[in-house]
Amino acid sequence: MDTTLPIVWFLLIAVLWTGYFVLEGFDFGVGMLLPILAKDERERRVMINTIGPVWDGNEVWLLTAGGATFAAFPEWYATMFSGLYLPLFLILIALILRGVAFEYRHQKHGMGWKRGWDNLITGSSFVASLVLGVAFANFVRGLPIDGARTIHQTAGSLFGLFTPFALLGGVLFVVLFLTHGAAFIALKTDGEIRARARRFASRTGAVAILAMLAFVLWMNLSFSGLARGVAGASPALSLWPAAALAVLGLVVLWLANSRGREGWAFVGGAVSILAMLVNIFAALFPNVMPSTLDPAWSLTAATAASSTYTLKIMTVAAVVITPFVLLYQAWTYWVFRKRLTVRDIPLEAPAPVAEPRHVAG
Amino acid sequence: MDPVLLARWQFGITTVYHFFFVPLTISLALLVAVMQTAHYRTGKDAYRRLTDFFGKLFLINFAMGVVTGIVQEFQFGMNWSEYSRMVGDIFGAPLALEALLAFFMESTFLGLWIFGRDRLPKAVHLASIWLAAIGTVLSSLFILVANSFMQHPVGFTFNEARGRAEMTDFWAVLTNPVALVTIPHTLMAAYMVGGAFVMGVAGWHLLRIARTSGARNRSELEGQQAEDASAYGWATKFGAWVMIASGALVIFSGDLQGKVMTDVQPMKMAAAEAIWETETPASFSIFTIGTLDGSREVFALKVPGVTSFLATGSFTGTVQGINPLRQEYDAKYTAMIRQKYGDEVANAMTYTPAVPVTYWTFRLMMGLGFAAIAVGAIVLVMLRRGNLPPLRAGWFWWLMMVAAPLLPLFANSFGWIFTEMGRQPWIVFGLMPTAAAESPGVPAAQVLTTMIGFTLLYGALAVVEVQLLLRAIRKGLEPSTPEHAVDTESDDAPLSFAY
Repeated sequence: MDTTLPIVWFLLIAVLWTGYFVLEGFDFGVGMLLPILAKDERERRVMINTIGPVWDGNEVWLLTAGGATFAAFPEWYATMFSGLYLPLFLILIALILRGVAFEYRHQKHGMGWKRGWDNLITGSSFVASLVLGVAFANFVRGLPIDGARTIHQTAGSLFGLFTPFALLGGVLFVVLFLTHGAAFIALKTDGEIRARARRFASRTGAVAILAMLAFVLWMNLSFSGLARGVAGASPALSLWPAAALAVLGLVVLWLANSRGREGWAFVGGAVSILAMLVNIFAALFPNVMPSTLDPAWSLTAATAASSTYTLKIMTVAAVVITPFVLLYQAWTYWVFRKRLTVRDIPLEAPAPVAEPRHVAG
Repeated sequence: MDPVLLARWQFGITTVYHFFFVPLTISLALLVAVMQTAHYRTGKDAYRRLTDFFGKLFLINFAMGVVTGIVQEFQFGMNWSEYSRMVGDIFGAPLALEALLAFFMESTFLGLWIFGRDRLPKAVHLASIWLAAIGTVLSSLFILVANSFMQHPVGFTFNEARGRAEMTDFWAVLTNPVALVTIPHTLMAAYMVGGAFVMGVAGWHLLRIARTSGARNRSELEGQQAEDASAYGWATKFGAWVMIASGALVIFSGDLQGKVMTDVQPMKMAAAEAIWETETPASFSIFTIGTLDGSREVFALKVPGVTSFLATGSFTGTVQGINPLRQEYDAKYTAMIRQKYGDEVANAMTYTPAVPVTYWTFRLMMGLGFAAIAVGAIVLVMLRRGNLPPLRAGWFWWLMMVAAPLLPLFANSFGWIFTEMGRQPWIVFGLMPTAAAESPGVPAAQVLTTMIGFTLLYGALAVVEVQLLLRAIRKGLEPSTPEHAVDTESDDAPLSFAY
């Protein structure tokens, strides 16, 4: 079988996950920062409206990553999603609550209603970030895949996932998205919130740099294909520059943020997330899911891939469709490029005095 | 506990629930786009008010459709990993294309539509809702192509070395005869729901106006009330026409579907009618009282020849029975199943779906659909010449308006339950039994846990969603404004729509 197309699709899946985390990373950050940066209802609305037009489109990157994995690597899709059953369930619950919360919080007046949904936005953004971080760290570290390409979930396997390295991954994702989200808020708002966001990013920025440094060092030295001596592993040249860039991007974010260069700070955060994902996927390759039981049982890009025919069809479709998607998504960001302030948020109409009477017959 | 049964229940619960929102999303996207186009072309304020009103209802519903759809995308890998391994090479492609082509389009342009009202030129804003509506249709095309492969697998070969099915002809997968008849049937059934919803909501308000004013005809009203009645009156009739027109196409495409089904899944047709032995000609029973598995009938109301006509296009055609088909499948498939999936699966293979379920869901689907069309016709007659709902028959009108959206909605649900239960015990007909498809590494307790989790969450969200919908419905149209009063030039003007 031709091995070029599986590699192309390995790269494309990496691109989709990268796009997802670069974009939804700041969405998650904004969600987690809601109770920290906003002091009143109008400020909370300013924050939510910075991602209002785009969060749903950003989430589609996740769905596309899932769908593309199914189409291009059925074995990978099947093993990953059944093997991380309960973590995935947590992520799904978080994403459901988060999506509904964005759409429903403004449907009714009343502070109790709104604060309830706000707490769900914050909590679900935190849970999704944490569990995704734990999951990605486990992908690199390896999972107990047996000879039948199955991960058998024994009791307590959910907690078995929380190894020190995985916990570091979870913490890193949370801190990273908090910082990236703060940089985004600083870039997209004005007034008090903007100042608070900058102060916040300068505090978490330092923590994020340290967490990123620890994560990429640990990953590349212990868990990369190169470190484990996997045949055909990506060379050091593809690991360390990405690792350096992941750390450097955060340093840029931190420095630019303190100098008031908000555009550069946001770009720094985006580059850092991008480079981190590049490093993760480079560390995985040629495996897609390393086995901790026996290296021979690891799923590789070549063995997990679909047939050449399917990959060809998918490649043509991706080449034709993706440019349009990128264009119109980029255009959305352009349309909504203006900074938001509390002045942009309409005052809410007073709640109706009495509900119209029901006309039941 | 049987993990396969639990995984099936989980799929059933999450999918039927998801599909409460899908038909309304597909249809309201289009109907709102039509309303906005009417405003764009005529400039009439009534159309703008209707666009805003139904647009809001659309968005409340859309949110639930989106979030419950994420579960659908991941569930195949979570609960059905062996299925994903077996057919991912074919089944995954339409799913990935759906995300790439349809989901991005829907979400991005809907975001632009919601938030871009003050920022986009009017024509671009209008184009956004049309693109979102087209996105919903594209989404349904791909998902129905994927589903049709499970009903009637085509365009593939079985790779012995890899132990999986592989795609050989993508065009054949796209033009699966089952997909070609299922796509119009499902889309039109969705438009029935939207039409009925618009009719029911607007018609309910018409009754309210009739009650507060005591008027019998729109010509007796004046001022804001006259304007409201004219807008609701238009929407009620528009909805009724949409429902009747798409209902006619549902019947037509459903008839074609019956013939294709008889061709490729004769067992499903036999199970739909609970025909145990081959009949020439086969009658259609409207109602049967019998043993639960349908093997013996106590009382049945039958129309001769109708099932023959549904299945073959001739009133004297032969319809194969469940028992001879079972023997035929046993001879044809058991050895293959034994070799691919082992003795346990082969020995448990019955080749027969749950007949009471298929029999009754088939009837409920058709009965509720026909009832909806009848309601639409009655409404049009009652509203002719500018009449308002008659107060004497107010309770009857109220009942019709409340029932209207629910009839086609549940017809949709029963149609899906019928077609999926009728495919059992296969997950992919003739290729893979459902019993061999679930995730071997996931213990039953975890499937049960997540099933309970999803059910509780979905139940709670249903309460919130229905509450919000009813609230927004009761609120009705915003008061009309002579000129759209938002200053679009000034950069400092507050957004007229924001979260």
